[in-house]
Parts: sequence; structure tokens; C-alpha cells
Amino acid sequence: MGKRVAVVGVGMTKQRSSRPDVNGQELINEAVRAALEDAGISRRDIDAVVIGNMDHFEGINYVDTWSVDGSGALMKPIMKLTTGGTTGTTVAMAAYYHVASGLFQRVLAIGWEKNSESDTTGAIITAFDPFWDRPIFAGAVAGLALEATQYMHLTGATEEDAAYVAVRERRHALNNPYAHLHINLTIEDVMNSPYLSWPVKMGDMCPRTDGACAVVFASEDVVDEFPHRPAWILAVADRHLWSYTSDPYVNQALETGGWAPKEVYDKVGIRDPLKEIDVAELYLPYSFAGLRYMESLGFCERGGGPALVRSGATDMGGECPVNPSGGVMSSNAIGATGLLRVAECALQIQGRAGDRQVPDVEIALATGFGGCFWSDVLLMGGEMPEKPRG
Amino acid sequence: MAEERKELIKLESGEAEQPFRWSAGVYGSRFLTELRDNKRFVGVRCPRCGKVYVPPRNVCGPCFVELTELVPVSDEGEIVTFTVVGFGFVDPSTGKQKPVPYGYAVIKLDGADTYILHYLDETDPQKIKVGARVKAVFEEERTGSMLDVRHFTLLDR
Ligand SMILES: [Zn+2]
Repeated sequence: MGKRVAVVGVGMTKQRSSRPDVNGQELINEAVRAALEDAGISRRDIDAVVIGNMDHFEGINYVDTWSVDGSGALMKPIMKLTTGGTTGTTVAMAAYYHVASGLFQRVLAIGWEKNSESDTTGAIITAFDPFWDRPIFAGAVAGLALEATQYMHLTGATEEDAAYVAVRERRHALNNPYAHLHINLTIEDVMNSPYLSWPVKMGDMCPRTDGACAVVFASEDVVDEFPHRPAWILAVADRHLWSYTSDPYVNQALETGGWAPKEVYDKVGIRDPLKEIDVAELYLPYSFAGLRYMESLGFCERGGGPALVRSGATDMGGECPVNPSGGVMSSNAIGATGLLRVAECALQIQGRAGDRQVPDVEIALATGFGGCFWSDVLLMGGEMPEKPRG
Repeated sequence: MAEERKELIKLESGEAEQPFRWSAGVYGSRFLTELRDNKRFVGVRCPRCGKVYVPPRNVCGPCFVELTELVPVSDEGEIVTFTVVGFGFVDPSTGKQKPVPYGYAVIKLDGADTYILHYLDETDPQKIKVGARVKAVFEEERTGSMLDVRHFTLLDR
């Protein structure tokens, strides 16, 4: 029987288009110092470190070794994880597993990226197969555009439906001083923005960001040492479905996003997710994902995403606000992005989210989503769960 | 220091190259030599579920059994989904700028159960439809690559 685990401290850098004033280790250190200070502990109190980024984005491998002075992992157990867009949530889940195992009591999770240091599209392409994918594959923007075309074909959703998501995310980001983009977009702005890859326009896409995030996970045996309300991990799940980039469309590209949430709902006993979940921080790298994820998450029926988003149910003040932080479409330092979702959920549960706070959060949902259609889901809550759940 | 310096240095990787030599495997090699030598597509069939995999591979993930049976598939098929790429970027495989705009699609070849990615000979998204029939157009000079197919052409225009 493992240990129950809570998030007890978070730290994040301001997410920016470029940070030429720091190298990777220095950027990591900013987030780590902030998280340790937030948790009221020092480097010495940390038992192990899990770190993640897409190391081929910077072209400098082995961040687990060269960052130890900045990460705080000097002479401690550390491992690196790289899983694409899901990297940050994978790091969070691995830190959770470390503590839940009972072998470690306080584990530091770190996610970071300096997207300004390479061409993101070129770097993403090199994550894929050189025979079957790379000759044609045009990176995340075009890969997501293929998904958008299929989604519109299957459901009748429109580009304007997607623009509602793009506008919501940027409006929410205005409340978040850590967000990269602070722009007040209108539906017309999004619709009039140029096509990057039809039907995806500039206004539909996430930015490229430099940033880092660090989160302290602690065992039920030591949570009382920390100053803030513990934000408990209730259950986690992940699902993977692909070999080559053309494979997932057989399953409409979307199904991993449905299986992982169903698993955490079943584990925790969630029956009506839209009503029972108080806030969601979702990995929505582009606007159309904000429609179909509503369906994958069981917030509405298949094809109901556009109506749900247009109803305001996912706005601040709605039934389940989505991405009060402004989400991925406002900041996307890829290795940090999934971990930021977990950090934001913790702040919401702790009532420390400032101008982006949703009132009375007891249940929060964080997701990660990879360009390879991987899906990570973490359900978090204010009450300690009956038992640890994988 | 005598004076505060504000300049922040960047190091460019420049023309650095890191060559690799990747293996296509037995079935990947058969697929590519058929494309190169005979302008034919082949897939690999799962003995348990019957699914025909293109691109080829030697294991069916759901059944987790070895695949050994090569089967011919058509050079015609239909569009599963598509996009028209409008943003320019440097192709990391060639170091050259991609010529935008171009159409590209997920294509289901007749006789295959999984899909391939390929270019389309159309850049107007209003003229491309999910479900539209397409046919491979081969290059004259072929080297054993997916790019031995120049693009897929839209039939029924
Ligand atoms: Zn099979």
C-alpha cells in the first residue's frame, strides 16, 4: 500500500518569448528557488528530483546532468523524462509515483523549455520517423490542422467555434501576471488572422515560449510541515496511441484524450465531470482542442463542444472554468507547460491563484497532451483521498 | 567591473551537421524497394486481426503478434483528412525552406487499414474534400523513399 501525495509548493518563472539573460540551468534555478521558498524548505530537504524538457529543442542533451547546480539535484537521485507535449505532466506523474512508492517523502518536479533557442517546427519534426513521417510531416501546427479538419468534418464544428476558445484563453491570461501573451483578442481578430495551415490561423495557435516551472510533492507523512493547504493527487492516468504520425487518425486522433479521463473518473467516482470538477487546467495547444476536449473529458456529448464553449460554461464564473491561467494558447514553454497545469490546479485548490482564482475549488483537473496524441490526466482535490491511486 | 555591460551573447550552431544512418527493417525495405523498382505499394497483414498496416511494420500493437504476410495495396485511395500548409519553415531533413503553400493529407490506400501522409497537387482548401479519391504520381528518378511519390493527385476534379 503506497502513500497519499500532495502538492505543497509551486514556483514558476514569468513566461516570456525569449530569455537571453539566462541559460537553461539559470532559468531552471529561478523556478526551483521559487518553489522551495513557496514550500518553506531548502534544497537539503528534497529527497529526489524529476526533470523534463524536449532536449532536442535546445540541442543540449542530458539536462539531468548539466543542471544539477541549478536544479538542486547535486548529489541526489535525479531522472530526466521527455514525452513531447506531455513532458510536464509526465514529470508530475513520475514525482507522484516516487512519493507514492513510500521511498521518497519530498520530491521536486521540474519542467522547462527555451523554445527561443531553435526552430520549434524543425525540432518537432526530428521527433518523428525519418522514413514515414519526416519527408511530409510539417510539425505541430500542420499536425493539429489535420486533426481540426477531421473534427470539423465529423461534427460540423466551424472555425468561428474554435475562435471562441482562442478568445477565452487570451482573455483569461489577462488575469495571470506569469502568462506570456497579454492580448485582448476579438473573434474578428482571430478570424482575420492569417492561415498558418488551413484551417488553423495565427490566432488559433499557442506561442513559442521560454519558461520553467517547479512543483514540490510531499508524502502524507510530512504534509503538515508545509505552510499551505495540501493539494492532493486523487488519481492519475495516461494513454498512448501511435507509431507513426498518420496512425492516430484511424481512431480519429482523439481517443486517448477520452480513455485517460474516464479512467481517473472511474477511480475517483466522478459521474458528472462538468458539475463535479470546479476548475480545469487543460493542455490546449490550439483552439480546436478546446472544443473536442470538452467531449473527450465528458463535459458534453460528442459534437457538443462548440455549444458548451459558446454558452460561457467554461468562462470565469461558468460551471467549470477552463484555463483561468490563460492556458497553453497564452504560454507554451513545452517542457514546463504540463507541469504549469498541475501547479495552477494546486494554486486553485489552495485559494492562492490571485486574480485568476475560481471560488471554492475542491476538485481540479489537469491534463497533458502530446503532438503524438498522448494523453496524461491528473485529478486533484482539497481533501485527502481514501487511498493512493495509480 | 568598470562599467555595466548590457550586451547578451548568442552562439549560433551555424552549418553544423550530424549525419545518421537509419534502418528501415525488412518490411520497410520491401515497401521502399517495391515503390522504387515497381511503383507498387505493399502492406503487412496481421494474422490475428487481419488489419493491413501501411506504412509496414513487423508487429500489430493491439494483438502484439509478429506480422509476416506481405500484401499488395492500391496506389489509389481516399483522403482521411488534410491541410494546406502556409507557413514557411526549414525542413530539418534537407536544411532547405519548404516551398509553401502545399496541400498535404492523411491518405487511406485501398486495401490498407492504416494511413500514410503525403502531398496533394492542390493548394486551395475549398477544392479538397475529406473522402475525395486520390492517386499516386511517381517521380521518374526514384531512390527508395516516400518521396518516390511526387504527390497524390485528386481524381474527380
Ligand atoms: Zn492484429
